Amino acid sequence: MTDPTQTFDVPRSGKWPVFGIFSLAALVATQVFAFLTSPPDVNMGQLEKILYVHVPAAWVMFICFAMVLVYSLRYLWKEREEDDLLAAAAAEVGAIFNGLTLILGMIWGKPAWGVWWVWDARLTSTLVLFLVFVGYLALRAFIEDPQQRGRWSAAVGILGALNVPIVWMSVTWWRTLHQLPSSLNSMATIYWVGMFANFGAMVLVMSFFIRRRYEAAAVTRAAEHAAQARALGGSE
Amino acid sequence: MAFRDELRRVRAIAWKDLTTERRSKAGFNSVAALGITMLILFGFALGPDPEALRHAAAGAIWLSALFAGVLAFNRSYQVELESGALDQLLLYPGPRWSIYLGKLLANLLFVGLILVIVILVGIALFQVRIPAAWPQLLGVFVLGAVGLVVLGTFYAAMASRSRAREVLLPLLLFPMLVPLLLAAISASRALLGGDVMHEAGAWVKLLAAYDLIFLVATLWAFEYVIEA
Repeated sequence: MTDPTQTFDVPRSGKWPVFGIFSLAALVATQVFAFLTSPPDVNMGQLEKILYVHVPAAWVMFICFAMVLVYSLRYLWKEREEDDLLAAAAAEVGAIFNGLTLILGMIWGKPAWGVWWVWDARLTSTLVLFLVFVGYLALRAFIEDPQQRGRWSAAVGILGALNVPIVWMSVTWWRTLHQLPSSLNSMATIYWVGMFANFGAMVLVMSFFIRRRYEAAAVTRAAEHAAQARALGGSE
Repeated sequence: MAFRDELRRVRAIAWKDLTTERRSKAGFNSVAALGITMLILFGFALGPDPEALRHAAAGAIWLSALFAGVLAFNRSYQVELESGALDQLLLYPGPRWSIYLGKLLANLLFVGLILVIVILVGIALFQVRIPAAWPQLLGVFVLGAVGLVVLGTFYAAMASRSRAREVLLPLLLFPMLVPLLLAAISASRALLGGDVMHEAGAWVKLLAAYDLIFLVATLWAFEYVIEA
């Protein structure tokens, strides 16, 4: 049980704003680098440039959701509010990157395949994952009691993460049992370099976003704690 | 025998829920009617061509059962909340999972009966030919119903106590049920068509694994969810 009169330490921003500027600058730099170094693809032409945002965004999304799983488990284990807020911040940032992955994929799909959407295993399971975490965030928005919100969203986060491989497997089977799987192209090294550089930069941006979201959530929680303590007549 | 005591608790909870349902019947009748209404609406969406109806029958039956079942899950906790019965229930000794398992069994019977009605009406409306492998098909329906009820009972424990239970339960539940629905619909459709591709077996394995994984996970997590 959390003690309602306890105070909540607000984390200090410290050097995080500087880190934020640095990570955004790094992302711009790696984007420019990838654009300048990569030759147009034989089949896709300049269209391959979307690789440098789409693929890193998808990977970052998985990192975020792995963080949701880890922080949710630790919250249920230790009941520290910090873990709950960190899980929520990671889920929010993950949902953004998830949406970005989907939209960028569709922007690529229209010229490459001629359609905005195909019921491909990867597209479909990414969309399902997005909906799972939209549900997670909706649940948080509808519950006031912090302990209830923490425990419930932790359970939803853990079950959601557990479902990721199962969704992936089922959608792959659903496709491959009826239609041909989409082919994978092998890539030249130069594309890989650009992609990994952008992935690194995007991980920095992700860390910055999660940190800022966590700080904002922590300030809100601290205010709630203070209001609760005053209402109970406790001294501060 | 501590374990036998817990099984008695499970039985008592399931019996209590089923008795409440049996005495009013209003819940069951309206949910069953909704399931049949859904089937008719699917029929309108698909058109009157018998071949198209037959092909879509498995999907229509499963989705109708799903939409009807969602109403049942919230109801199962709503009656507890109306007079503070849930708090009373939590004061009784015994592990929390016995409450969950009891509600799960009651819901399973409820949804199972709904499913039977939906299947029978669906067979008639969608002009389904009953295949030789109907025992296997029955197995698919049992496994699918178990998975549906496991997650439905678990998520309703949260959604029914939130401000937006009508929208929250489907929003949380439906994306989680994607593998279950894909497997159940694909296996049912394959078996209805004679399973010429021999794909039903793989789907049944997926269904069984899904049921087992989430039964264990929800039994573990229920304690955190119900007490908060």
